[in-house]
Amino acid sequence: MNLAVPKLQHHFEDLPKQAHAARLGMWLFLASEALFFSGLFTLYAAYRAHYPEIFREGVAHNDLVLGTVNTFILLTGSLFLSLALWALRAARRALSVLLTAATGLAGLVYLIIKATEWAHHMAEGIFPGGRGRFFVENPEPAWAIFYTSYYGLTGFHAIHVTVGVGILAWTAWWMHRERVGPAAAYKLAIVGLYWHFVDIVWLFLWPLFYLLRNPA
Amino acid sequence: MKNYLNCETTIWSWLSTKDHKRIGVMFLVSVTLFLLVGGVFALILRLEHLTPGPTLVSPNMYNQLFTLHGVVMVWLFLIPAIPAGFGNFFLPIMLGAKDVAFPRLNLASLYIFWIGAILTIYGVLDRAADTGWTFYPPYSSQTYTKATPVLLGVFVLGWSTIITGVNFITTIHTLRAKGMRFMDMPLFAWALYGVSIIQILGTPVLGIILLMVVMDHSFDWGLFDPARGGDPLIYQHIFWFYSHPAVYIMILPPMGVVSEIVTSMAHKNPLSYKAIAYSTFGIAFVGFLTWGHHMFTSGMSELNAGIFGILSMGVAVFSAIKVFTWTGTLYRGSVWIRTPLVYIFAFLFLFIFGGMTGVAVAATSLDVHWHDTYFVVAHFHFIMVGASLTAFLAALHYWWPKITGKMYFEGWGVAGAILVFLGFVGTFFPQFLLGNAGMPRRYYHYSEQFQALNVLSTAGSWVLALGLLLVLVTLIWSLVAGEKAPANPWNSRSYEWMTPSPPPKENFPETPRFVRGPYDYHLPLEPP
Repeated sequence: MNLAVPKLQHHFEDLPKQAHAARLGMWLFLASEALFFSGLFTLYAAYRAHYPEIFREGVAHNDLVLGTVNTFILLTGSLFLSLALWALRAARRALSVLLTAATGLAGLVYLIIKATEWAHHMAEGIFPGGRGRFFVENPEPAWAIFYTSYYGLTGFHAIHVTVGVGILAWTAWWMHRERVGPAAAYKLAIVGLYWHFVDIVWLFLWPLFYLLRNPA
Repeated sequence: MKNYLNCETTIWSWLSTKDHKRIGVMFLVSVTLFLLVGGVFALILRLEHLTPGPTLVSPNMYNQLFTLHGVVMVWLFLIPAIPAGFGNFFLPIMLGAKDVAFPRLNLASLYIFWIGAILTIYGVLDRAADTGWTFYPPYSSQTYTKATPVLLGVFVLGWSTIITGVNFITTIHTLRAKGMRFMDMPLFAWALYGVSIIQILGTPVLGIILLMVVMDHSFDWGLFDPARGGDPLIYQHIFWFYSHPAVYIMILPPMGVVSEIVTSMAHKNPLSYKAIAYSTFGIAFVGFLTWGHHMFTSGMSELNAGIFGILSMGVAVFSAIKVFTWTGTLYRGSVWIRTPLVYIFAFLFLFIFGGMTGVAVAATSLDVHWHDTYFVVAHFHFIMVGASLTAFLAALHYWWPKITGKMYFEGWGVAGAILVFLGFVGTFFPQFLLGNAGMPRRYYHYSEQFQALNVLSTAGSWVLALGLLLVLVTLIWSLVAGEKAPANPWNSRSYEWMTPSPPPKENFPETPRFVRGPYDYHLPLEPP
């Protein structure tokens, strides 16, 4: 068994330092990503404060079951990825590759369900920018604002999930091809940081677009 | 002798390099180019204001010119200039490292910068954006001009900035030389640390809000259109949440430059190392809580306005700490008055002036009078040009021997500095008077009583342009005819002067051992 050790780059004194730098870099990037989404959450909060009633009705209009199933799928995927890291650290590469791929698969299922939801909305005549039949029947401008922010927030999140699925697929393939061992586990951990972050963003989107539906 | 410049000479060796020094040099060349582009826009703007009526360009073109001048100067010059240029070059050397933490990402940040620049410039060529650099909706969502490529360009440029920030903080944490504690770092590294925090936490907020405007402009989303239930004020809040801290992206690295040059030229340790280092973080922190002062007249409660006003004045406290520390460092030092220090004198004068007028406009009662007048234009140009650009020029002269291996011409250098200073004051001091007298900004026409001061300002802009041209020509000429630079022309104790000029590919001939601090001027200078 070839437990490939990552190459030490010339400007680091040792591997632990190199791993530390990679982890720190990812945390800093995630701080940036968090602020990226915070702009969108601010938009949501401000408009919800402007139009509390229609936002509440809009949330009630969304499919609670699909949203909750998606939450469950993403969290299960994250569990797989944590187990994949444990498996790689325990030098069980095949299991780790399988679990990483399963995480990617969960992400894919999530995207399919999300796309189904969007398709449902579009069938009702709900398009971004307040276009479509639905907004003729519900002419208050707040409806357009609600659904535009819905498409905006879930859309940007879905882009992140798509990128994540790509990275997970690549990581699984790379672990298999390079026959990596526990020494490379920090790289999987960094992929995990990104994936869990994407998950956590959804944990905020879920209440904002599916749960906060009851009158005050 | 082999150094980073002559170790490989093909064009591809530059385009594919992972050497932070070469990347820094390419950033410096790029931003200088954009300084010229933005400068030409500014000159045309000033010519237009030579007379109250139409002078040179059409009203539409006037709007496009001030937009592009702002966009180019802010995102293609001021924000990347010192961090991505000098920061990339000197941060690893100052820490005794061979490179930044992520060299490949560093190269990517250069390419992302170029892609963003090309997108932005594409938006300049035909039906250029006319929204102002602030892109306020609903106008920016509806303009017939090509706002989208400019907005996307700025979005892309943001990623370059974020990557630089991530790289710098990681480098500072993981690549300091053996035995170097945080409090042993040169002060320029502290300035870059502070600015990286803002780059990482501020830039993405700008990115997302500009993307929303792109959606509004290209796909008619109407998120900020009041006629369709949108609220343009939300845009303004989120935009300024980035764009006010962006001012500190433009000023913190210059402050780091000042700390380096003042100590080097006074040959004295800073009056208080800790005061300079900590006040950097004071500015970075308070800077995030002041954005509302751009919106005093766009509908804000008195309580909010009061809080934002007082917090804004807090920035002046930290800035004053720095200014007193720098002047205290010069006091009773063995001062060498060379070109970089002449620029620093200009910096101190202009920065105090710009800073004090900043405190004045942070007072709500005064701001109502000055808002959207030339007073504000003069104020922020005193900070962005008077402080940031002079510090950039100071850094360019100070580090020129290290980067190029050639000495610049001292006499021409001082002459350039004096021309730039006089030209700057000539251009922008009259604008304080104009604004106070009520001349609004971003207007094509102005009343006749303002003409005399406008002529003065335009004349000043040509002196400033002449000064910058002189700097450029003499610096380029020094590459050909300049004397060979010694390793340490300033007798400085800072670490970048301990390696030959220009430095070898791996920064130091052998792994450096820093046995003393970067400002230990009480110790004798060891032989290079």
